[in-house]
Amino acid sequence: MSEATSEVKKVKTYKRSGNVKLFLKLLAQSKTGMVGLFILISVTLIAIFADFIAPYSPTEPQLSDILVPPSWQEGGTSAYLLGTDNLGRDVFSRLIYGTRVSLIVGVLSVVVAGFIGLIIGVVSAYFGKWVDQILMRIVDAFLSIPSILFIMVILTIFSPSLTVLIIVIGLTTWVNYARIIRGEVLSLKEREFVKASQTIGTSHLTIIRKNLIPNVMSTFIVISTLSVATTIILEASLSFLGLGIQPPDISWGGMLNDGRDYLATHWWMGTFPGIAITITVLGIIFLGDWLRDVLDPRL
Amino acid sequence: MKKFIIKRLLELIPVLFIITFVVFVLVYHAGDPVSLMLPEDASQEDREYMRESLGLNDPFIVQYANFVMDITRGNFGTSTRYDMDALPLVIERLPATFELAGAAMLVALAISIPLGIWSANRRNSYVDLFITGGSVLGKAMPNFWLGIMLILLLAVNYQAFPVSGRGTFMHLVLPAITLGTSVAAEMTRLVRSSMLDTLGQDYIRTASSKGVPYVKVVVYHAFRNTLIPVITITTLQLSILVSGAIITESVFQWPGLGMLLVQAVNARDMAVVQASVFIIAILVILINLITDLIYFIIDPRIKHS
Repeated sequence: MSEATSEVKKVKTYKRSGNVKLFLKLLAQSKTGMVGLFILISVTLIAIFADFIAPYSPTEPQLSDILVPPSWQEGGTSAYLLGTDNLGRDVFSRLIYGTRVSLIVGVLSVVVAGFIGLIIGVVSAYFGKWVDQILMRIVDAFLSIPSILFIMVILTIFSPSLTVLIIVIGLTTWVNYARIIRGEVLSLKEREFVKASQTIGTSHLTIIRKNLIPNVMSTFIVISTLSVATTIILEASLSFLGLGIQPPDISWGGMLNDGRDYLATHWWMGTFPGIAITITVLGIIFLGDWLRDVLDPRL
Repeated sequence: MKKFIIKRLLELIPVLFIITFVVFVLVYHAGDPVSLMLPEDASQEDREYMRESLGLNDPFIVQYANFVMDITRGNFGTSTRYDMDALPLVIERLPATFELAGAAMLVALAISIPLGIWSANRRNSYVDLFITGGSVLGKAMPNFWLGIMLILLLAVNYQAFPVSGRGTFMHLVLPAITLGTSVAAEMTRLVRSSMLDTLGQDYIRTASSKGVPYVKVVVYHAFRNTLIPVITITTLQLSILVSGAIITESVFQWPGLGMLLVQAVNARDMAVVQASVFIIAILVILINLITDLIYFIIDPRIKHS
């Protein structure tokens, strides 16, 4: 018995390392996939090492250097690469710190949403009947209202903070996962290996854990990756509307909100944060699209 | 047909029910409205009297029932910001939002249908690469930032269009392009893939091989059959259109439902927030219903099944 188990383990580990190699090989073939990965790694490193990279404090006002243009423009100095904002804070340093909020909210909201969506999708499809009926009506309700509306209702009541924002975005964007995972499980549960498990009396929980969830994982990873992109945009939009991250915390959307009032005379404040968002989101979309092509071409 | 409509309308009831419930639970936990309504030095008896008269001491279920009854009568409460009924305030803003959304949808269709068809017909060429790349870029760019950049370039630098507000046709151009492109980014990709599906069908090959000119094949045979997916795609964009409109309106100070809602959220004006959310939800649901009816009319396969 123990011999057999160890044999199984060996096969498993062999397969895994094989998978990783295959994965990297496939990634090397895709230019956009590589670019996406490169952008994502860079942004993550910038977020982690922001303290070392940023030349200035992102929050300390420097009233002697208000609204300095970018270094290449007339009046700009090499001290402030991308200029300074209305309080004399270095735009470049603020962009560097802004990566943190974007990534934290982007990734953690997706974790919350993915967890809820996965459970509801699997449970709804696996148990079917009235469970499915009730859960799918709830899904319909969430689908008929764009998630930003639900978020706004909630933010009217709770003042936004990083934690509130993550939970709120997570609680309102799980529907997409639930819908797609449910579809996957509906066809999975008719397959022989699930039927076989049921016949030998395996508990529902074990079937869900061992048979269903592992088999929807690739779909789940693809949706999650692409959701990080939309979530980052959602957070930026909320912060831009003044409903998201509040000052003194730094977010790209909030920077754009500040820049809006200075658009006519000081273009850089409202321009660079948008470029940062676009590049980051583009990287994630590239990576996500590549993952989809490799893991789940049907999506 | 009649049965179909009735069935779909009945399906709306649980959906609306859930929406009211979620909103009510949120409001119920929002805290004590009495302390906001009475002066700070109000006595304990006054507070208690106020709570009693507002029905705040009733059990949860009773309060929820009253809440739903009020909504069915169109009574969402009084706006604390405008000091008037919330519902007329919301209704009054609808035309502006419809105008923007309609114009944006036209922009989106005008961009995505030709480009989607073009790139599908030139699959894997530079044209295709360029169009697909453009649509990915459009998806990655936050829609409000595109608006800011358009203002910077066309309203501030070239002064070709007004910066904000509503009134003339020129006011509509930039917001419609902003909102339209964000919808077009997704639609182009979907039109392209549904066109590719159609182009792979046997009847297209038959038409081509019997010598029908290529343009005619694309326009008469392929495009007509792409229309059904295109309608589906168009409705799927609705939620992007609505959430996009909320943000676009704020960027351009467009006096529609979206701007009202954002201001209401910032001012914690609960009545207006609720009324807006309900009206938008009902609109989204109704438009979905209408598209289902359009399918019913144009696709005979649905009618017979």
